[in-house]
Parts: sequence; structure tokens; C-alpha cells
Amino acid sequence: MPDTPFFEVNEAIRSLGGEDLNLCMQCGTCSGVCPWRNVETEFFIRRLIRFGQLGVEGSESEEVLFGCTTCGRCVDNCPRGVAIIDVVKGMRAMGAEVGAMPATLKAAAGSLESHGNPWGEPRAKRFDWAKDLDLPPFGPDTEYLLSVCCTSCYDARSRKIARALVQVLRAAGVSFGVIGTDENCCGEAIRKTGNEEAFGRLAEANVSLFNGRGVKKIIVTSPHCFHTYTKEYPALGGEWEVIHHSQLLAQLVADGRLKVEGKVAAKVAYHDPCYLGRHSRIFDEPRAVLGAAGATAVEMGRERDFSLCCGGGGGRVWMETAHDQRFSVLRVREAAEAGAEVLATACPYCLTLLEDSRKTEGFEDSLEVLDVAEVLARAIPPA
Amino acid sequence: MTSPAPQDFDALVVGAGIGGLQTALDLAEQGYKVAVVDRDPSIGGKMIRLSKVFPTLDCSSCITTPKMAAAAHHRNITIHTYCEPKSVAKVNGRFEATITQKPRYVIAEKCTGCRLCEYACPTYVPDEEQGGFGARKVIRVPFSNAIPQLAVLDAENCWICGKPAGKCMEACPTDAIDYFQKPQDFTIRARAVVLSTGYELIPDYSAKAFGPMSGHPNLITSLQMERLLAPHGPYMRVLRPGDGKEPSSIAFIQCAGSRDHTLGVPYCSRVCCMYSIKQAMLLSGALPLADITIYYIDIRAFGKNYEQFYQNAQAMGIEFVKAKPSVVSATPEGSLVMKYENQETGESVTREHDMVVQALALVPAWNPAGVIDAGVADDGFLKATSPKLQPTLTTQEGVFMAGVSAGPKDIVDAIVEAGAAAMEVSNYLTAQHAAAAE
Repeated sequence: MPDTPFFEVNEAIRSLGGEDLNLCMQCGTCSGVCPWRNVETEFFIRRLIRFGQLGVEGSESEEVLFGCTTCGRCVDNCPRGVAIIDVVKGMRAMGAEVGAMPATLKAAAGSLESHGNPWGEPRAKRFDWAKDLDLPPFGPDTEYLLSVCCTSCYDARSRKIARALVQVLRAAGVSFGVIGTDENCCGEAIRKTGNEEAFGRLAEANVSLFNGRGVKKIIVTSPHCFHTYTKEYPALGGEWEVIHHSQLLAQLVADGRLKVEGKVAAKVAYHDPCYLGRHSRIFDEPRAVLGAAGATAVEMGRERDFSLCCGGGGGRVWMETAHDQRFSVLRVREAAEAGAEVLATACPYCLTLLEDSRKTEGFEDSLEVLDVAEVLARAIPPA
Repeated sequence: MTSPAPQDFDALVVGAGIGGLQTALDLAEQGYKVAVVDRDPSIGGKMIRLSKVFPTLDCSSCITTPKMAAAAHHRNITIHTYCEPKSVAKVNGRFEATITQKPRYVIAEKCTGCRLCEYACPTYVPDEEQGGFGARKVIRVPFSNAIPQLAVLDAENCWICGKPAGKCMEACPTDAIDYFQKPQDFTIRARAVVLSTGYELIPDYSAKAFGPMSGHPNLITSLQMERLLAPHGPYMRVLRPGDGKEPSSIAFIQCAGSRDHTLGVPYCSRVCCMYSIKQAMLLSGALPLADITIYYIDIRAFGKNYEQFYQNAQAMGIEFVKAKPSVVSATPEGSLVMKYENQETGESVTREHDMVVQALALVPAWNPAGVIDAGVADDGFLKATSPKLQPTLTTQEGVFMAGVSAGPKDIVDAIVEAGAAAMEVSNYLTAQHAAAAE
């Protein structure tokens, strides 16, 4: 074992949010249920926590300190109920204080600071995806603010989710508007990297922006925004009725406001995003949307609470993961083995990673990766 | 068909496992008239299906059978097997239980247990009494030391093999087979009720924890391992089910479902550490050259002589690994590949085992909702109103509980609690009697 224990490190981690650090009894259940057990790795969440408890060196490397995807499987399974993600966050915050931060995360943090998005893209281009859509600005008479995830604002593939969603919302006659380039990243992932300061700035800006415009109800396109808006912003004065687009679409179909005339005649497997499923307990609505689109559901195992993380949470969406360590590769293989023609999901991070793995694994002709909004849009005649 | 006349008893015991039988015997010995109902075609519960018991390593069926026989032959005990309670309501301070007799398709009064029907039956199906490993006939006496020795026909698999009647009907010397038997309700009246309805293993752990690997034939449950080790087991020796080969390396996964909020089982199932150690010891005897590994998150050896038992197992060379393994794949030869963290070195370990036993969580076998007014706690087990001082009292006066239906426990504790329940019933009946005399 390395070096001398420093109890001050233990104290610091606890003061940086990892309050449960010393509750851990080191049983190792977390390491066993961790998605990393599906690949060859030296990352063990139990060991990371042990290093933190003892306050010894050995966990600073990128693979270890930034290995956790914050998928939440271990938190659900921990017999002591340790808020493991908070412990990880605290340890990363400790690391950040001494500059132990992977370069890619530094770049994301810098971009958030200067552009309000993590992708290094200019703020002015935030709504380029909707140039030709003539989206109404959010105003006093608008019911919903449509808050689009940064990834779906800038990434070419992800933009299609936002456009499909707009198509469906218009078909259902939903009253919605957008704020535009003043919006910022929700800050969910940067907070998980231990960068509390960056999160604070982003959250404060968004809360005052939304409150200033009189926002009451928000449609979000990412489970990560959903998590932040519903669980983290209320403490900062942001209390709105937040709905994930899969919930709203399911509701529109159930209420008969959205007429689904077409049918998506495909076998569709659904991948539960961690932050929609495990973290926010939204399991049924995305499936209902797929059902409404006429899709034939196929099971690929590891569903709902037991869903396999795509690998993109906890800031890892910004980091490079070696090909043989990507959970998304396992996931697309599972979908293909289950006979799915479409692998549907409801998170821009999941979609990005699964899309990538679909290509690297040679499923380009046999498997599509789509957001539930895109599946539903196909069952609706274009306006 | 008319319903039989109601039968009057002092106590009704629901469940004829070791707990229910002990309560019935203790009450019967005091002179109380006891009715026992069980949903299985034989009494004996889980214990009669076990191999040996910890920490004494007594043969389980050798020590259960005398209890079963004692209850079956006691003049104060009446046993009804293959029954389900439909409703148990209190009427004027006395319980009226409507019990449904499930059809055996065999007339109990005529059947002599000669098994000629079983020999004649041409159809084999997996035998649930042997963990699904062996085969049984569609009509059969459930197992060799079942009580009562009555045949039961499983209508799901019977195809009435001959015309106009099946081979069993032709073979039966007492004309006991009746294909047209229907479920029949009868009434039991009793002054007190004891619920001793036991447990099942959690059904969905494997699928949720191991996804694509669940359902692998060499990934088995702890009760299946009991059958492999039992004297009358399916193969009469320990072979792995996938290909009938003798396993040279066997792993146990502890806390398979227990202490897992995601499965609704936040509690410790209490018996798994000890029975896995016991199974490991028995395997060392049955397969002296095999490597046996127990993967645990912590060992709970809480009872009398249990810690010594655990230490003996370590001394015997059983390997204990502190890790929660994940079963990730299988080899073409049928071994299971596990991945886990070596907690001493921090290395990732990939290891193959010829077969893997999951020490599955205990969950309640029965929920009283809709049948009898007895509260259930958050964990699904029966709720105690006074858990510390009168642990066998349920939320309804006159209704008592014993055994695992009240919470996970081992055989020793189940028997002790069953005796305590009998004493509470006795006190209750005496008080009732005294009040009536005034």
C-alpha cells in the first residue's frame, strides 16, 4: 500500500460533498455491480473509496479518479446506502484543487466558461440547428420553454433529435418557445468532475435567466438536464415544472393530442439511460412512446434498474475511452444479438456513444440508433 | 357436490414446514386439537428437501421425517395437504376458514400409495422436487418419504394417454383415479390461527444481475445444490447439470439478492453464509479434488457453534474470497467466467469455475392479503406488533406466526419460534376459556 495515511484528506473529501465516505464498510458490492466489470480495467470503485478513507496516494490517475461514470448501479446496491457518487465527486474536487484534471476535462471547463457549452463552439451558433424552423421565442403566453441540451444544439447527429422533437411538438399543437443563445449548459457533468465552481456559475446564470423570463414549465431533451433542473437547481432558487421529452410525448399520445397515423414497422430495443432510469425513475414513458409509434419491442436484457451504462456519464463523454473498454460497444452488440433493427434511447450522450459504436462494430446497415422522439416522428406525417 | 361438514379445532396452522409442524406438535401434546393445511402435496416444507443441516451436519431428511410422522400420526392433529386457504375470517371471536382442496385427480380415500399408476404413466417431465434436474412421471407420489403417500396427477402435463382412459387408470387397483375431480372448498373452524408459511428463493436475481448469462445450466440456485448433495438426489452424486460432468471447481456467490435495494431485499437473509459453508464442506467430501471458492461481502456466522463451523471450513481448504463477482461469459466447455476485484492487490481477476451456486435471498412465500387480516411489514414478511417481547403476535388478535414467514431465520430459530408461538396460542386459548367460564 502506498504512503502514509493523511486524515486531513479524509476530512477534506467529506467537506467537499463526500459526507458518507466513512460509512463504507468495504464489502466490495460496488465493484461487483460496476459496469467496468464487463471489460478489462484497473478501476475499482471500492478501492477508490478506500484510498479516500485512508487519505493515501494512488488514485490520482485519469483511469481511476475519473473512471466512474456515475451510472448509479453501486449506489442502488450499496448495503450501507453510501452516496457513492458524492464521494467520487468529493475526491475529484480534491484532485482538482491540486490540478489533477485530465486535459479533455480542462478543455470542456474552459469552453463552458467562455461559450456556455462544453463543445468549444461559439455561443452565437447555439441555435443554428433551428435556423430554418422559425421557432417562436419564449414569451408570457408560451406554456413550455424548450431547453435543448448543448450536445443536441451543436453535434450534427444530435441536432436531428431536436428537430424531430420540434416536428412532433408542432404536430401535437404544444405551446412552446425557446430562449436561444443566452442559455447555458445545465452543468450536470462538469459538477460530477468535481468542478463545483463552474457548476455554480452555469446554474446561477440559468436560474436567473429562466426566472427572469417567467418560465414555469420546461421541456428538456437530456436526462442530465432533467437531473440538474429537478434535483440540483431547486436549492438555487430554480423551481419549475420540468418534463423530459419522453414523458411529454407519452402524455400527448395518451391524451389523444397527438394523432399517430403511421407505423414504424421495426424491431426496437430500448436502452435505459442511467440518468432517466435509475436516477429519475422514468422507465415506462419512453417505452410507451415506442409502443405508440407501432414499434415491436425486443428485449436485450439489462433493462430498467439494471441497464448497462453507455459510458458517457460523469464527464466521460468528453474523455477518450479505448475501444475495448467501451460499454456502448457491448450494448450495440447486445441489441444486434437480440435481433433489434433499431436501438432507441432518450439521452443525447447515450445516442452519441451508441451511434459511434454502431459504426465501429459494423452494424451500419443492420442497426439504427435513434432517440424515441425520432422514432415517433417517423410515425407522424410531415406537416 | 355438497360441501363436507365444518370441522372444529382449537388451532389452525397454515403451513406444514418444520415451523408449522413444531407448533402443531407442541399444541397437540398439550391436548389441543390442531388442523394443519399446506399447499404442497406433502408436508415437510423446505427442510425435507435439504441435504444436511448446519452446523451439526445431521442428515436433514433423517431428522425431519420423524417430526412429519409424529405429526401425521398424532391423534390431536389433522393434516390437509394440497390445500390453499381462501379466506380466514373472525366470526364471534372464532375463526372460520374456507380452505380449497386442490384436485389431486386421485381419490385420497381410495389411494393406497402403491405407485402402480406412477409406474404405468408413460410421460416424464422435469422433477421440481429435484431442482428440475431429474425427471418424474406426470402422476406420482411426490417423493419417497412424502407424507401422505398419495399420488397426485399434474393436469398440465397429462394428455390422457389411452382411450377411453389413461394407463394410470388402467393400472390403479383401487379405482382411485378421477380425471374429473374439481377444486373443493371446505370449512375449518378454529379458535386461533398460526401462520407459518415459509419462504421461496428470490426468482429474478440472476436475470437482473447477470443478464445474458442467467439461465446458463451451470449457474444454479442454492436449493438446487441442496438436491445435488442430498442422499436421494437426482444423480446420486454431484454432477454439473449442463453436461453431467464432475465439476472440478465450484464457486458460491453470496448475498445474491440479499441486502440489495434494487431487488426490494434490503435485509440479510441470515442463513446463506452458513448453508453455503455447509454445502462447501459437503462438496469437499463428495469431490475431494475439487476447488471450492466462496465469494462473500462479509460472513455472518452468528449462531451457536457457527463461527467454529466457519473456521473448520477454512481449515479444510475452502477458499474464501472477499468480492462480489460478476458472471460475464461462459466457455465453450460450459464453465462460467467471472470477473472480480482482488481487494488485496487492486487487480482485476478473471476466473473460470465449472459451476456457480447463487446463495439467493429468502423472500416470503405467501402474502396474507385478501385471505386473512394480518399485517405485512415493508420487507414483505408478517408484521409483529411486539417484535421484541412477543415476536409471534401478528396484527390480529388470535393470529400468530412462526418461522420464516415472520422473517428470515435458520431451522434452530424457526423451531424455537414455533414453540414460542404454540405457547402464545396456549395462553390465548386458556384466557379465552377462562373468560367464557365467568
